Amino acid sequence: MTEMSKIDSRALLADVTEFIWAEGAMLDAKDYDAWLDLWTGDGLYILPIGEGEDYANQLNLCYDNAKMRRDRIGRFQRGFSISSAPPADTVRTLSRFRIEAAGGDLIEVSCAEHLIEDKFGRQRTWAGNAFYTLKVADDGFKLHRKIVRLLNSDGMLNSFSYLF
Amino acid sequence: MSLDTPKFSDLDALYDEENALVATLMYEDPALFDEEMEKIFKTTWVWVAHESEFPDKGSFKLSQVGQEPVIVVRDRKGKIHCMVNRCRHRAATVCEVKKGKTSSFQCPYHGWGYALDGSLRAVPYPEQYGDDFDKSQHGLLKLRTEAYNGMVFASFNEEIEPLEDFLGPQVRRYIDLFMKQGGGFPVKVLGEHQFAVPMNWKVQLENTTDAYHFPVVHKSFMQTLDGATEDMFDFLDKGVGYVEDLGNGHSVMTMIPELMDLDENLDAPIPDRFAELAQELRDEGYPEEQVKKIVRAVSGAGFNLNLFPNVSFSLAFFRVLTPIAVDRTDIRHIAIGMDGGPAAANQARLRLHEHFQGPMGFGSPDDAEVWERVQRGTRGGDSLPILVNRGLVDEEPGEAGPRGHISAETGMRAAYKMWKRMMSQ
Repeated sequence: MTEMSKIDSRALLADVTEFIWAEGAMLDAKDYDAWLDLWTGDGLYILPIGEGEDYANQLNLCYDNAKMRRDRIGRFQRGFSISSAPPADTVRTLSRFRIEAAGGDLIEVSCAEHLIEDKFGRQRTWAGNAFYTLKVADDGFKLHRKIVRLLNSDGMLNSFSYLF
Repeated sequence: MSLDTPKFSDLDALYDEENALVATLMYEDPALFDEEMEKIFKTTWVWVAHESEFPDKGSFKLSQVGQEPVIVVRDRKGKIHCMVNRCRHRAATVCEVKKGKTSSFQCPYHGWGYALDGSLRAVPYPEQYGDDFDKSQHGLLKLRTEAYNGMVFASFNEEIEPLEDFLGPQVRRYIDLFMKQGGGFPVKVLGEHQFAVPMNWKVQLENTTDAYHFPVVHKSFMQTLDGATEDMFDFLDKGVGYVEDLGNGHSVMTMIPELMDLDENLDAPIPDRFAELAQELRDEGYPEEQVKKIVRAVSGAGFNLNLFPNVSFSLAFFRVLTPIAVDRTDIRHIAIGMDGGPAAANQARLRLHEHFQGPMGFGSPDDAEVWERVQRGTRGGDSLPILVNRGLVDEEPGEAGPRGHISAETGMRAAYKMWKRMMSQ
């Protein structure tokens, strides 16, 4: 950050915010093919449990490389999974964006995420902190790492038929 | 309520053993639920912890026996205690840390202090209780606590038979077989997935002994497997394996015969999906014999062992149920691995667990959906029975009790038979 001018960082904040909002809108719209295209090949999508950061050596809610992401989306789309056919509808709000670090072609961004799901005439609310590592690409950004820490990740949850 | 609604005294109407029919009321009635908490969960052995969850002197874990909050702890001599998490003074919980290490428990309200074995040690300003106040009568309420092969159970029933007798020789044999997935290392809890489901606890009790649902509910999971692994889970089409009543409400469902004893078939070729892991272990210097043993253990055991009333040993993890209300049950899927074993092997186990289990697994959410659908469905047609009679047609005597087809509901019948026995006390 130190090498960036204030104007540069404001422009960058606007750019990453736009990108993350667009990603959030894709997930609410369940436009999963477009979402898969946002990722770098070696990107990781993780929902950890608790405070740990040694994701490979701990139990997570999900720890998805490219194959697991494709399989997860395939499961959502094929219609054989009773919990995702139909899935819950979701509306999410992403806010409190901060650029945590920027160097080379990587930008680390954090934000707050609130999500409301609706299924069976019942609404449930989830809140979490989201941490993105974005990679600068020719046509904008790619998702390189996305970690969403639910506030109650180590508590009693419900099953999710959508992505955070 | 109609006049012909079964009364609790009429247990035959709630569970018709001869025809294997369960009354809808069994999932729906709050008063019946309260009675189950008394006559079952306060009366029998209830699973509370695995020893690896509180490994050291002073280590503890919060748990539940039925609806009552308990602390499971190891004292300074390593002895395991289980006690109700409630100060004997004015009932505040003395601990709200889920897991940790301590030298004592102190009530946050007025400072009463308890030792690791639950005995009352310190009372601030004790004079107002008079000279005849007996500290020894004011320890935390203790439960009987016994363990078998790392699995810790507790009971409010002081008169209950020893845990080993309650389990019986067949169950103990299966527990020993299950724990072989340590691959030569002690079994260790690696973490847990937790999710609440709007269902009666018995819907869950039925499910772990239900192979019939697997190809239907878990089709989307099967579609993400390689051919060899998909074939391994195709136990219903192959018709191999069986379900057997092991007595006292317990049952076993054997699904993958070649994985019943992980110390056997060690010469079998390493499956393709574990080729990379095997090479990693070789590169770390593990001799070939141990590589095979560890890799074989990573895939888990080939059976589900279901213990009445609240824990299952399911292929490669523990499933624990906690009844919260007549229509709400908390579920824990506990991941296990090798204590001191190679990190690569434990990573493989963690990724396999995440693949199927928990709120974002490829299996559990579909299970949770159908369990909830049972609870939603029983709001209609309350005169209709729930059928658990599948496989009665060709059930035969097994080693311990009736043995049925792999998709038979023999395990559910075992559980309901025990349910009836306990509820009639």
